[in-house]
Amino acid sequence: MDFATLLQLLDSTLRLATPLLLACLAGLYSERAGIFDIGLEGKMLAAAFTAAAVAALTGNVWLGLAAGILASAGMAAIHALASITFRGNQLISGVAINFLAAGMTVLVGQNLFALGGRTPQLAGGGRFAPITLPGAEALSAVPLLGPLYAEVISGHTILVYIALAAVPLTWWLLYRTRFGLRLRAVGENPAAVDTAGVSVVGLRFVAVLICGVLCGIAGAYLATALSAGFVKDMTAGRGFIALAALIFAKWRPVQALGACLLFGFLETVAIRYQNVDLGGVVVPVQVMQALPYILTVVILAGFVGKAIPPRAGGEPYVKER
Amino acid sequence: MNRLPTWADVVLVPLISVLIAFVISGLVILAIGEDPVRAMQVMVKGALGSTAGWGYTLYYATNFIFTGLAVSIAFHAGLFNIGGEGQATLGGLGVALVCLFLPWPHWSLAFAAAILAAAAFGALWAAVPAWLQAKRGSHIVITTIMFNFIAAALLNYVLVNVLRPVGSMDPASARFPRELRLPRLQEMLDAVGIPFGRSPANITLFVAILACVAVWAILWRTRLGYQIRAFGKSEKAAVYAGISPFRITMAAMLISGALAGLMAVNQVMGEAQRLLLNAVEGAGFIGIAVALMGRSHPAGVFLAALLFGFLYQGGAELALETTIPRELIVVIQALVILFTGALDNMVRMPLAALFRPRRGGA
Repeated sequence: MDFATLLQLLDSTLRLATPLLLACLAGLYSERAGIFDIGLEGKMLAAAFTAAAVAALTGNVWLGLAAGILASAGMAAIHALASITFRGNQLISGVAINFLAAGMTVLVGQNLFALGGRTPQLAGGGRFAPITLPGAEALSAVPLLGPLYAEVISGHTILVYIALAAVPLTWWLLYRTRFGLRLRAVGENPAAVDTAGVSVVGLRFVAVLICGVLCGIAGAYLATALSAGFVKDMTAGRGFIALAALIFAKWRPVQALGACLLFGFLETVAIRYQNVDLGGVVVPVQVMQALPYILTVVILAGFVGKAIPPRAGGEPYVKER
Repeated sequence: MNRLPTWADVVLVPLISVLIAFVISGLVILAIGEDPVRAMQVMVKGALGSTAGWGYTLYYATNFIFTGLAVSIAFHAGLFNIGGEGQATLGGLGVALVCLFLPWPHWSLAFAAAILAAAAFGALWAAVPAWLQAKRGSHIVITTIMFNFIAAALLNYVLVNVLRPVGSMDPASARFPRELRLPRLQEMLDAVGIPFGRSPANITLFVAILACVAVWAILWRTRLGYQIRAFGKSEKAAVYAGISPFRITMAAMLISGALAGLMAVNQVMGEAQRLLLNAVEGAGFIGIAVALMGRSHPAGVFLAALLFGFLYQGGAELALETTIPRELIVVIQALVILFTGALDNMVRMPLAALFRPRRGGA
């Protein structure tokens, strides 16, 4: 493998890791607050469709992004209503949201565009354009680091950089602010938070809505930056890979970046090489596709460092009377 | 929490939830500029207006009975088995191996072997998440989701690299021998002089009905069933009563996986006659809606499976006759799961308030 190929692989890894990272951080806020979310997939899908549809109708990708975030936040609000207000089963609510998005996107898409659930191809202002970072041209002559900067770091859409910036921001919010302390506490011991006079319901609503916003960006990225339009079921399990990454990272933001880059790299390899030849042993492409899930099961099983979820996760909070 | 009278809990709450789900579905149809009344007419005519329509409805219902029972029995043990999809996928592999590689003198022997293989493969695929839950405390919902994807990748590998006939581009196995065709409902009814339209409904329907009875018997007439229900109600109390959490988790999940696996007999051996890439077609997930709607009781599961069979067949007709795509049933399914499952308390709380004064006055 030459250097140019390696750069291409890394570049593609970053592009494919971005939606995973956004969705993974989304899940992190929700689950750290004690609300399980297996509806990441559905929220992303709803946002991908809405973003592409609005971008196609208005020709403005920013309006698309805003609409995508709204759609995803709307789904998050349903999840919050079901799991916080009505103390329903959070897992069942997540399953419902996944199906709701899968059905509604095709139903509305067919109604609007009559293209079998697709949106029209987006072009020009309907898509996020790549950004060349300052100095990328000038520095590309520098050996090793120059091409790395020009090819891998530079040349992505704004959403990639937003996703990357969200990692330290989330870390800071979670571990260095009062809000973050309370958010983590409400996922571990909501009764203690309640005793301190802070609203458990309020905190959890905020967390779930942040989750909705981030999933919205992830979905909009899929349809308006990574691809040029929406295709039926285009999330293709990414919401679940993000969930896997979240567990892999043991619900921590910086590790989430690492997990998402790893899973993004696996996806890159699976797309680029059908079967990988590792010195005589041929690894079939299906192993590559299944690897994120297998790794997550191994981590969950605790054979390689146990992943322990937030203690109050999945439990509706009932104030003592 | 206020207690409702039993009849209200068993009949009224699910009925109202389903009603809300259907009213919202109607509004969705209105919103996309179609007529919900006409849509309903097309669905009823397509699914119940002819014997062939009934046949398809029963064929789909057979799938959903199996997956619904699978989710139900896990629910009774307090476990959420979301992996029906993967377990049914593996069940399909079991059926295909039995039908392709063993010589059978008669379809009935192959049928029995296929049932055993489907159940064994499905149970095997549920066993790993069950063991991890019981021994290592890994959350079974997450592990079963992951196993769905692993199963899909595994089937993809097996079909593309092992079972695909030489020269075929299709990721599917070879056709099963013709003599292994299962008797169709139509042929059985023709034999006793009742004319019936062509449909893939087959003898597996009766296995599904037997499975309903068997699950009922296990849950309410055996010691194991009592232990499963006790464990599901309160793990602490069950442990105090000497019930082993490991044993119950494994037993409930093995039965659950076996039931999900059985679905494949209907689809792979009964209909397609070969193993296809997407044989399960989401039936594993519909099982969740069916179990929730049927309140995890085999009788309820049977009725809910019939309803979803109707929706599936009606939805296919709808896509043919109107511009409403098939995905409408996915929306209905989502709303049923949402209202009978997650938003259960939204219906229950006002109902409880409604019942309270009357009971107080009595």
